[in-house]
Amino acid sequence: MSKRVALSGNEAAAHAIRQINPDVIAAFPITPSTPIPMNVSQFIADGKMTTEFVTVESEHSAISACVGASASGGRVMTATSANGLALMFEILYIASGMRLPIVAPVVARALSGPLNIHGDFSDVYGVRESGWVELFCQDSQEFYDTIIQGVRIAETESVLTPVMPIADGFDISHTVENWYMEDDEAVKEFIGEYHPKFSLLDTKHPVTFGAWAPPDWYYENRRNQLEGLLSAYEATKKIDQEFGEKFGRSYGVIEKYRSDDAELIVVGMGAVSGTIKDAVDQMRENGVSAGFVRVKLFRPFPYKDVIDALKGAKAIGVFDRCISAGAQTAALCTDVRSAMYGNSTVPIINYTYGLGGRDTTVEHVKEVIEQLKDAAEGKTVSPVNYINLRA
Amino acid sequence: MSGKNDFIIPGCDKNGNLLGWRSIEIGGMVTEAGNSRTYETGSWRNEQPVWNADTCIDCMMCWLGCPDTAIITKEGHMAGIDYFKCKGCGICVEQCPTDPKSLTMLPEEEAKDLSLEEKIKTAFNKE
Amino acid sequence: MAKKLSFLNKLALNKESLEGGHRLCPGCGHSIIIRMVLNTALQEGYQPVMSNATGCLEVCTGLYPYSSWNIPWIHNAFENAAATISGAEAMYRSLSRRGKLDNDKIVFIAFGSDGGTYDIGLQALSGAAERGHRFLYVCDDNEAYQNTGNQRSSATPYGTRTTTSAVGAIDPIGKKQKRKEIVEIMGAHGIYAAQASPSHWMDLIKKVKKGLKQNGPAYLNVIQPCTTGWGYDPKDTINYAKLAVETCIWPLYEIENRRSKVNVKPKNKLPVEAYLKGQKRYAHLFTPQGKETLERIQKLTDERWEFLLEREKAGF
Ligand code: SF4
Ligand code: SF4
Repeated sequence: MSKRVALSGNEAAAHAIRQINPDVIAAFPITPSTPIPMNVSQFIADGKMTTEFVTVESEHSAISACVGASASGGRVMTATSANGLALMFEILYIASGMRLPIVAPVVARALSGPLNIHGDFSDVYGVRESGWVELFCQDSQEFYDTIIQGVRIAETESVLTPVMPIADGFDISHTVENWYMEDDEAVKEFIGEYHPKFSLLDTKHPVTFGAWAPPDWYYENRRNQLEGLLSAYEATKKIDQEFGEKFGRSYGVIEKYRSDDAELIVVGMGAVSGTIKDAVDQMRENGVSAGFVRVKLFRPFPYKDVIDALKGAKAIGVFDRCISAGAQTAALCTDVRSAMYGNSTVPIINYTYGLGGRDTTVEHVKEVIEQLKDAAEGKTVSPVNYINLRA
Repeated sequence: MSGKNDFIIPGCDKNGNLLGWRSIEIGGMVTEAGNSRTYETGSWRNEQPVWNADTCIDCMMCWLGCPDTAIITKEGHMAGIDYFKCKGCGICVEQCPTDPKSLTMLPEEEAKDLSLEEKIKTAFNKE
Repeated sequence: MAKKLSFLNKLALNKESLEGGHRLCPGCGHSIIIRMVLNTALQEGYQPVMSNATGCLEVCTGLYPYSSWNIPWIHNAFENAAATISGAEAMYRSLSRRGKLDNDKIVFIAFGSDGGTYDIGLQALSGAAERGHRFLYVCDDNEAYQNTGNQRSSATPYGTRTTTSAVGAIDPIGKKQKRKEIVEIMGAHGIYAAQASPSHWMDLIKKVKKGLKQNGPAYLNVIQPCTTGWGYDPKDTINYAKLAVETCIWPLYEIENRRSKVNVKPKNKLPVEAYLKGQKRYAHLFTPQGKETLERIQKLTDERWEFLLEREKAGF
């Protein structure tokens, strides 16, 4: 029996980790994800989980120890944010290159400078090409559910790729919401046992992890690796569906909210989704044909589903909680435009929002939808806009 | 590459063609332990050590000092040089404590067409 | 009748952990040392699992699709050999505790050179040592970043010419800073830390055994003459290691329970020239302009040596 609890997003993540009870966790504190390792430490001290917790001296060592531990054939997790994820950057590529199914919840936060500890996707956008599966969650419930699903996705034989469940800093991590926690046993049953393909501890079958590949081999290895990441698309769908059958909640790789017949569609990810949905509802009440498409699986990008969801739109507005410095549009908008290339000629407009914890309100989103209306009618609208930024 | 064809060359199919991206193991793994043994480094050397079993006291100093595991051992005893691996550094000769030394270097040019017995004869001025 | 087996004959019965066919330079000290370390581990009945920092040993022994390793081996990156092995060791403890693994023979060995140990990897090494993972860290100290072409490191001694501590028309010295005494740093973690040389192999093997027996971290700093970077004839690798010990440039000592012991005290302490001469990286010392630097090297060497002896005598 699941039970309804009122806890923060960080606590949701910590409980998911407690129930997964991985063999090893290596983590380092950083705002806003610090409560995750804090809770883990308490759970261990209280005898509620039996994970080996490696209290490393940096995030670089956290992910490095995760690589060593995962290569040794067990389940491995970490958690981090912002500068911590940036410090891991080098090793993220190595973890995915070695096909290690590490699960690392990330509480997304702005990158310095200037220093800022609040919600923002600069960190997780920055590592979007590292070969990890990136799953953006809209609330604590989904963060909890996705971490549990993430273990299965990462360990799927065709995938064997690390997974990053993502929640906006503070907006989700520090907000207390009501959500359902499943039974420990049910979670254990859902994730099952992990059987590694290779292990350093299998001394009878010694293997070499991390040989360097010269130009006549690097390319083949990278293409081979991509196949694992791309397989996460089907695996995510399948595991999410199974999760839904067992626990009654599923999310898909994208979520379509009143978008099927919508002419003006907003696209976004993460915690802002609730605000956008409210705005869509209000616009609908006023007779505006608005809808919302939430991208859950950001890497690998579910372009077919996105095309399908957006092909009827007359104007599309894409929300990015990050500046992709120097690019024509930020990352999600670029991906949406790329997906729609050849499938649609309507305006696709980029909206930067929420940087460093800046508020985005229903009113802001309604203004966006008004602007999309103008764009759909052929009026000139700036292709890149900054919501709630002082001029 | 290696001259010895009793193995599949790492990274190749049975016909010696380099594997494509679909055929390789995931994760850049090398699953065949120590497969570098099939890679010839003997071609690097300009000189080669020659062993004189007659004066050898089986102290194993050459074996201990060889960077390339090119000293052949039989049940723990010195048994010769593996010319497929030996890079000709000369450390084994330096380490050999006998007088006269039981190992000596012979220029590769001189040694390459000789049989082992002939090499030993040439290197140690034997009749 | 079978011949009697000496200690080395017995050592040679082991299946080599490091295969030949690797691409290290002829006469490279890396493989000499690592063979001594791993053969000792096997001799003691252990099953070594190894993590290797980026560097010469790593690129020459793990070159896809080749591997020279007959033991489980992982290369992660340059600065994290210690963090990587700490993860492996943590997994070992976890799986053992959870009844998913039953093998009390496994030992963990991390391996880096001075670049990956003294410099970019020091934080990860210190962290892993403080956390108390059971592993032996072996640093092959070739006194510069040799894999990228002999750039100075914090292990490079005073007066050494490297490609980033150049000697030229107005600079007769080369590196102007003293080397970092990493054994002291590691000893300050309250762990077993020792310095060894492949020339004094019995001492080295003893230290490896001691290190592997620790119920926690151990650190071994081994001088690794580098034929290419130091500029000498490949046959002399072990000879130079020996001269380093006999000139007291490379003291063989250990720190155990925070107390130090000098393991080898040369009866006839040679002048530093005996070691420096013949190495291209020190050729500038044997010119009129190099005289002062040479004298300073002797002075620094003597001071350090006297300090070690005095400290040992004082019981610390
Ligand atoms: S010459 Fe060098 S590589 Fe060849 S056997 Fe002697 S020590 Fe080994
Ligand atoms: S070092 Fe010399 S005496 Fe000793 S085993 Fe080798 S060849 Fe024989």
